[in-house]
Amino acid sequence: MLNNLTELSISPRLAKNIRRNVKERVIEFILMMAALSAVFTTFAIVAILLYESFGFFETVSLVEFFTGTVWTPLFEDAHYGIMPLIAGTLTTSFVALAVAVPVGTIAAIYLSEFASHKTREITKPVLELLVGVPTIAFGYFALLFVTPLLQIIYPDLPGFNMLSAGLVMGVMIVPYIASVAEDAMRAVPMSMREGSYAMGATRFQTALRVVTPAATSGIVAAYILAVSRAVGETMVVAVAAGQQPTLTFDPTEGAATITAYIVQVAMGDLPHASIGYQSIFAAGLVLFAMTLTFNLIGHVVRKKYREQY
Amino acid sequence: MAVTQSKKASVLADLDAVRSMIRRHKFNDLVFAGIGLIALMIGLLTLLTLFVDLVMDGYPRFNLQFFSDFPSRRAGSAGLLSAWVGSILVMAVTFLSAVPVGVAAGLYLEEYAPKNWFSDLIEINVSNLAGVPSIIYGLLALGLFVYGLDLGQSILTAGLTLGLLILPTVIVSTREAIRGIPVAIREAAYAVGATKWQVVSDHVVKYSQGGILTGVIIGMSRAIGETAPIITIGALTFIAFLPPAPVTDVAPFLNFEWLNSAFTVLPIQMFNWLSRPDHAFHINAAATGAIIILVTLLMNGTAIYLRYKIRKNIKW
Repeated sequence: MLNNLTELSISPRLAKNIRRNVKERVIEFILMMAALSAVFTTFAIVAILLYESFGFFETVSLVEFFTGTVWTPLFEDAHYGIMPLIAGTLTTSFVALAVAVPVGTIAAIYLSEFASHKTREITKPVLELLVGVPTIAFGYFALLFVTPLLQIIYPDLPGFNMLSAGLVMGVMIVPYIASVAEDAMRAVPMSMREGSYAMGATRFQTALRVVTPAATSGIVAAYILAVSRAVGETMVVAVAAGQQPTLTFDPTEGAATITAYIVQVAMGDLPHASIGYQSIFAAGLVLFAMTLTFNLIGHVVRKKYREQY
Repeated sequence: MAVTQSKKASVLADLDAVRSMIRRHKFNDLVFAGIGLIALMIGLLTLLTLFVDLVMDGYPRFNLQFFSDFPSRRAGSAGLLSAWVGSILVMAVTFLSAVPVGVAAGLYLEEYAPKNWFSDLIEINVSNLAGVPSIIYGLLALGLFVYGLDLGQSILTAGLTLGLLILPTVIVSTREAIRGIPVAIREAAYAVGATKWQVVSDHVVKYSQGGILTGVIIGMSRAIGETAPIITIGALTFIAFLPPAPVTDVAPFLNFEWLNSAFTVLPIQMFNWLSRPDHAFHINAAATGAIIILVTLLMNGTAIYLRYKIRKNIKW
C-alpha cells in the first residue's frame, strides 16, 4: 500500500521537476562562486601583501620604516625609511591635482550647465577615449615632449623631474574629475536652477552659487577619487619622474615614487624571499592602504553627504 | 516739475546701471563658456599632440619589417614580432578568464542575489577592486601566480593577472546592461513556465549582449595597454623567440605549451626601449606607442559607437 503511494506521488513530471530544480540550484551556485571571485581577489591581495610584508618587518622595525629618511634596501648599506618614496608620491600627486582639479571642475561645470546636448554628445566620448590611452604612452610624452618643453623655460630642469610627470598625470586625471563631478551636478534638480533663473541670475551665477554648492559632496568625492588615481599611477612616474628615492617636495627635482620603486625592483632579477623582494610588498602595502583610504573616504562622502531633494 | 525730472533722470541712470550690469554678467557667461570649452579641449589637444608626436618620432619604423623582426641589440633592426604575438596570446587568456567569470558574476548580482549583507559585501568588493591601482594586481600575481601557484613568468600568469584587473569593468558593464531590461520581459517568460535560468539565459543574456560586449571591449583595450602589472610579475623584456604555436598539424591539433612560455607584450617592449639612454631606441618606442594608441583608440571607439547604437535602437 505504502509502496504504491510513493509510486503514485512521484510521477514522471514531478521527477523532471526535481531534476530541473537541482539544475537550477547548481547553476545558481556556479554564478555565486563567480561573484565571490571579487571577494576572493580582495582577500588574496590583502593576504599576499600582509604575508610578504610580515617577512620584511621581521628585519625592519616599523619605526625605522615610517620615520627613516633614507630608502636604499638594495644597497650594501641598507636603509629602510619609506619617507622619500611617500614624498615623491605626494609631490607628483600634488602637481597632478593642481592641474586636474581646476581644469576638471571647470570642464564639469561647462558640461553640466553650459554645453548644448550636441556638444555633450561629442565631448563625453572624447573624454572617454582619453581615459583609454595607455599610461606608458603618456610616460613617453612626459619624458620626451613635456620635459624638453619645460627645459626651454627652466634650463636647469633635470631630464627626470616630478614636474613634467605630474603635469601629464594631471591631464590624464581630468576626465575622472570631470565625469564624477558632472554626474553630481546633473543630479541637482532642475527646479533649483529654474528658481535661480527666475530671480534673474545668469547661467554662470547659477552654476557658481546654486549648482556647485548643491553638488559639493559629489565634487569633493571626485577630488578624493582623483587623489587615489594619482597616488596609484605607475608608468608615467616610472618613466619620467626618476628612479632615485630622494626626500624632497620640490617638483623640479627627480624622485622615485612608491610605484616607480616597485617597477624598478621588479625589472631587476631579485631572488624570491630576499629582503629586496619583500620590500616591494611592504611598499605596495603602504600604497594599497593609501588608495583604499582615499577610495573609502570618497565613497562615504558621496553616499553619506549626498544632498536629498 | 523739477522734482519729477530729476526722478526721471535717476530712474534712467538706474536703468542704465542695471543694463550695464546685465551686459557685464552676460559677458561673464560668455567668458566662462570660453574657458570651459578650453578646459574640455585640453584633454583632446594633449591626446592629439601625443599621437602626432609619436607618429612623427616613430615614422621611420613604420614598415613591415618592424612587425616581422625580433627585438635586437641594434635599434635599426629591432622589431615587434615577439611583442605583438605575445600581446595576442595574453589577451586570449585574459578574455577567456575574465569574460565568463565577469558575466556570471554580473548575472548573479543582478538576477539572483538576495538583498542582504552578503550581496552588499560582494558589491563593496567589486567597487573597491575597480579603484585598486594596477600595480597592486601585479604584486598579487607575483606572490600568488608566479610563486604561490608556481605558474612562473608565463603567458598564463600575465593573462590571468590582466583578467583579474578587468573583472570589475566586465561585472559593472554586465550589470548595467541587464538593468536596462524591463521586468515585463522576465514576467512574460515566467508566465509560460520558464525556470529562472531559462529566463536568464534565453532572455536576459540575449538582450544585454550588446551592452556586455561594450564593457568587454573597453576592458580588453585597457588590458592591452597595461604595463605596470606585467613588469611587476617580472616578465623578461628581451624575448627573441615565439611561444610554441597553439595549433599544430598533428592530432589533437591543439597545443597548450604556449601558456607556460616566456613572453613579452607591446607596452613592455615599448617601456624597454624607452628606458634605454640610446635615442635610436626611442624611435622604436615611439612607433610602438603609436601602434598601441591606435589599437586602443579603435577598440574604445568601437565600444562607444556600439553603445550609442544600442541606446538608439532599443525601444522597450
